[in-house]
Amino acid sequence: MLDVRGVSKRFPGVLALQDVSLTVAPGEVHALVGENGAGKSTLIKVLTGVYTPDEGQVLLDGAPVSFGSPREAQNAGISTIYQEVNLVPLMSVARNLFLGREPMLPGGLIDFGRMHREAAQTLARFGITVDVRRPLRSLGLGAQQMVALARAVAVDAKLLIMDEPTSSLEPREVQTLEAVVRDLSAQGIAIIYVSHRLDELYRLCDRVTVLRDGRGVHSGKLADLDRLHLVSHMLGRDPAAVSREGLTGFEGHHDTDAEPLVSVRGLTRRHVLHDVSFDVRPGEVTGLGGLLGSGRSETAKAVVGALPLDSGTVTIGGRRLRRLNPAAAIRAGMVLLPEDRKAEGIVPELSVRENIVLAALPRISRFGLVSRKRQDRIVETFMQRLRIKAASPEQPVGELSGGNQQKVLLARWLCLHPRLLLLDEPTRGIDVGAKAEVQALVDELARDGLAVVLISSDLEEFVEGADRVVVLRAGAVTGELTGDEVTEAGIMAALAGEQA
Amino acid sequence: MSTTSTLAAPAPQRHEVPVEQSTRGERIAGLLQRHGALAVLGIVVVVASIRFPSFGTVGNAQGVAIQSAFLAIVALGMTFVIIGGGIDLSVGSVFALGGVLAAYGSRWGMLGALLLPLVVCGAIGLVNGLLIARARLAPFIVTLASLLGARGLLLALTDEGAQTYLIDKTSAFAKLGQGTLLGLGYPVWLALLAFAVGGLLLQRTRYGQAVFAVGGSEQAAAMMGLPVARIKIITYAASGLLAGFAGALNAARLSSGVTILGVGMELDAIAAVVIGGTLLVGGAGSVSGTLCGVLLLGVIQNVINQIGTLDSSYQSVVSGAFLIVVVVVQTYLSRSQRLR
Repeated sequence: MLDVRGVSKRFPGVLALQDVSLTVAPGEVHALVGENGAGKSTLIKVLTGVYTPDEGQVLLDGAPVSFGSPREAQNAGISTIYQEVNLVPLMSVARNLFLGREPMLPGGLIDFGRMHREAAQTLARFGITVDVRRPLRSLGLGAQQMVALARAVAVDAKLLIMDEPTSSLEPREVQTLEAVVRDLSAQGIAIIYVSHRLDELYRLCDRVTVLRDGRGVHSGKLADLDRLHLVSHMLGRDPAAVSREGLTGFEGHHDTDAEPLVSVRGLTRRHVLHDVSFDVRPGEVTGLGGLLGSGRSETAKAVVGALPLDSGTVTIGGRRLRRLNPAAAIRAGMVLLPEDRKAEGIVPELSVRENIVLAALPRISRFGLVSRKRQDRIVETFMQRLRIKAASPEQPVGELSGGNQQKVLLARWLCLHPRLLLLDEPTRGIDVGAKAEVQALVDELARDGLAVVLISSDLEEFVEGADRVVVLRAGAVTGELTGDEVTEAGIMAALAGEQA
Repeated sequence: MSTTSTLAAPAPQRHEVPVEQSTRGERIAGLLQRHGALAVLGIVVVVASIRFPSFGTVGNAQGVAIQSAFLAIVALGMTFVIIGGGIDLSVGSVFALGGVLAAYGSRWGMLGALLLPLVVCGAIGLVNGLLIARARLAPFIVTLASLLGARGLLLALTDEGAQTYLIDKTSAFAKLGQGTLLGLGYPVWLALLAFAVGGLLLQRTRYGQAVFAVGGSEQAAAMMGLPVARIKIITYAASGLLAGFAGALNAARLSSGVTILGVGMELDAIAAVVIGGTLLVGGAGSVSGTLCGVLLLGVIQNVINQIGTLDSSYQSVVSGAFLIVVVVVQTYLSRSQRLR
C-alpha cells in the first residue's frame, strides 16, 4: 500500500536519508527502528509532508504522491501521532477530536450536538468514557494520547504513523494502546510503529526496517530477527561483541565496604512519601527502584530539597543539613539530574558551553564578571571527558541528539564537583548507543569515588550497574538488595511486595 | 542473550481514564476568570446607582453606551487576535487614520466615507497578518511598526495635523454616527451587531475553532492540518478592518476627522480584552467577556466623573488595578494547570 522507493534527503552538510526504501501492506504493523540520528524522524517527515525528498518517490496505493504540507498528507490518508501529544490542551475533548472537520449545520455553523454525540461514540470504541466537553488537559496523559489516536484514525486514515506513542504512558495505558493498534491493523489500516522499547515491538510488529546513518540496513520479518541481531543492526556492531559486553555499558560492581556518605532518614510527606530511609556510599551506584508513581522521583527530589517535606533528615559527610532547599543541597555537594530534561534542565537555544557553565557561573565569576578563559577550560575538559559530540562548544544544545544533551546536563553538574549525584532515568528516550555510553560514564564516575543514586525503569540497568537497590512501593521502602541479591527476579519480587 | 525488561505492572488492570477532578479553588478561579468582569460590572453599577443619583439615569446609561461603542468595536478585533495567540498594537493609530480617511472620503458621499477607510485599514491589517504569518515575524514588532506607520500616514494626509477634514453634518454618513434608535446611538447598535456576529463566528464556526486552536498550540494546530497562516492573516486583517470602521463611525459622530485621537487606544483595547477573561497568552476567551471589559472601563470612567472631586487621571489607576487583579487570577490558574 505504501511504497517508498530510494528516497534521499539532503540538508546542508548532512545526508539525512540515503536511498531508503520501505513497503507497508494494508493491516501490517511495521516497526521502524534506529538510533537517534539514524533518519527515522526525517523519513516520517517526508511521509507526512513536512519535507520533500530530494530523490526517490513515495507511492501510495500505487500512485506517486508528493505532499506540500501535513494537511495534504492527511487528506491522502496518512495520519501521524507523535511522541508528545499534539493537541490543544485548553480546548474540549470533542473540539480536539473534530478540529478542522466539524459536522456542520446548513448556514456554516457547527452542529455541536452531533459533534458531542459522535465524539463520545468514537472515544467509547477506544475504551474512553469521559465528558467530551471537558478541556483536554483535564484528562490523564494516556487518555490524551488515546484522543490523538482516535483523531488520527477518524480522518479515514489508510496509513497511521506512530512515533514513540508509549514513551510517556504508564504500563496499563500501554496495554490499552497496544490493543487498539491490533484492532486497527485487523481493520486493514497499515501502521508504521516507531519505538525504543524492544518488548513492545516484538509484541506488536510484523515486519521491521532498521535505519542506520540515514540508510536502510535491514528489512524483513521481525520474528526472524532476534533481539541481539536487531540491536546489532541498529548499532552496526558485531552480535558476538554485543553479547560479550552485555546490552548496557556497565562493567561489574564496586567496593561496598565504605562508610555511608549520605544518610537519608525518615523522609515523609503526606500521601507521597512514608518514612523513606537509606544510605549511599561513595564509589557506589545505589539503585532506587519502583514502578511509576512509587515515589522514586519524589524521593530524589526530596533529597536535594526540591520537594517540601513534613519531616525527615539528610546527612552528608556526617553533617546534617539544617535546611533542605536546592541551593543548600548544591552547596553540600548534592545534585540531581532530573527526569524531564527538556522541561527541567536543558536550555535548547543556548550553546553547549553556556549550558555547561550555567550552574558553575557563581563559582567561576569574580565581582560578577565571568572569565571566558576559565569557562573554555572547564567546557573543554568535560566535552572530552564525557565524549560530548558537538560541532563546537558554540553549537546550540537543541541541535544535539538526546544522548549528547544528557551528557551536557551531566557536565553541568559535574563541574560543581559534587559528592552525590542523583540520576533520574538518565537513559530514557536516548538511543541504544548513547545509552551504553551514558551507562559507562556513570560507572566511571562511581569508580572515581562519586556516590551515585540511579533511578531507572530498566531492570537491566540495575542488575548490571547498581551495587545495591532500594525498592520503593507506594512511597515506602519495601526492600533493599545488595551484591548478589541484585537480580531481575529479586527486584521483581521486591516490587511485587514479596519476600526477596 | 540478556533481555531488557521494563517494570510492567504485575497484573493487567482494566483500563480506566484517570479523570482528575479540579479543586474547588481552581473552579472558583476559573469562574472569576470567565465571569469576573460581569460580576464586578454588576456590583459597580448597583453601588454607583445607589451612591450617585445621576448615575442610574437613562441619559447617563446612553452616554456610557455611546462612549464605549468605538472602543468595543476595536476590542472585538483585538479579542480574536489575542485568542489566536497574537497582539495588535496598531489599532489605535489605525482607528485615527480610519477617522481621517472617512472625513476625507465623505466628499464622495456615504460610499467613499466608508469604503476608503475600510479598504486602507483592512490593507494595513492584511499586511500585518502577512508579515506575521508568512514571514514569521513577531506580532509585537510588526504591529508596533504599523502603529508608527499608520500615524505617519495620517500626519502626511493632514499636513502634520494642521488640516482637519470636516464632514457635512447633514450628510447621510454623519447621521450614521449621530442618529439614534430606541434611545441608543447607531454606533451602539452597530457595535452590538458586530459582537453578535463576532460571537457566532468565534464559538460556532470552523474559523472560530481554528483561532482557539492556533492560540492554544500553534504547533498542534499545524500538525492537525489547520491552515494556520490563513487563520492568522484573516484575524489581523479583520482587526485592522474593525479599527478602521470604528474610526470612521467616530468621525461621523464628531463630524470631523480628528487627528489626535486613538493614542494609547490599543492599550485600552488590550486591557478590556484581558479584563474580559481572555488569556493574554491565547487559546481561551470570549467576545461577551470583552464587551463586559469595555463596559467596565466605561463605567469606571463615568463613576470617577460623577465623584467629581477625583482627577479623571484616576481612571487609569483604577483600570490598571483591575488589570492586575485579572492577570494575577490568570497566572494562578495557569500555574495550577502546570502543577498537574
